[in-house]
Amino acid sequence: MKRPTSRRQFLLAAGGAVAGFGLASVVHVKPARATPAAMQEAIRKVVGPASVNTGKVTLELPPLVENGNTVPLAVSVESPMTEADHVRTIHVFTEKNPLPDVVSFRFGPRAGRASVATRIRLTDTQTVVAICELSDGSFWSGSAAVVVTLAACLEDV
Amino acid sequence: MASALINVPARARRGEIIEVKTLISHPMESGHRRSQLGALIPRDIIRLFVCTYNGTEVFRAELHPAIAANPFVVFSTVATESGTIAFHWTGDNGFSVTESVAITVG
Repeated sequence: MKRPTSRRQFLLAAGGAVAGFGLASVVHVKPARATPAAMQEAIRKVVGPASVNTGKVTLELPPLVENGNTVPLAVSVESPMTEADHVRTIHVFTEKNPLPDVVSFRFGPRAGRASVATRIRLTDTQTVVAICELSDGSFWSGSAAVVVTLAACLEDV
Repeated sequence: MASALINVPARARRGEIIEVKTLISHPMESGHRRSQLGALIPRDIIRLFVCTYNGTEVFRAELHPAIAANPFVVFSTVATESGTIAFHWTGDNGFSVTESVAITVG
């Protein structure tokens, strides 16, 4: 014999439905700039489930940047760069730029030396992270903190 | 319009690690800026830079909007044999530039 729904059961069910709807309707608002969490997500996308060790990567950036529109960046990794032991990739990420990715370099043993330099844009005072993948599949990271006085990306044309 | 500057030593010893410097003129419009009317300026950047040494790829860089205007990339390679080192930039709006330099290895 089926019992009629009690008041308590009805309220519980209704409350659950409302809570479920409330959770589902929380809209994910994309921030105007990347956050450290977005950078971690971007790093995860590159690294996958592997763990990232600290070391081996030297990231050179000026500690104080007057103009974030061109910031000299140099990355190097200690590696013999032989067929058996070389650097496959170096990725650079930022915490607070609109997008966390900055640049990805791909090398082979023909590179001779795992060392690159370029110029990047920085929108705020933040930490820049470089991650390299070695030919044995391990990941290593290095970082540099930068103070930016004039931000890139924000000026009008 | 687009012009590239490339600095590679004209001759090198076999097995020597040479430094390659490249600079190409390009605005690298990030797609995050607004004009004075408030309209978002569409992204226009170089996405990919590839360097080949006698047809073999030796270096590749994937660029994002966080690369400064007029992308400048310095890297190195091993001088294995005489021949040509070619550089290829591709990007948004059908941007494509190829340059090459000759190198003598002795």
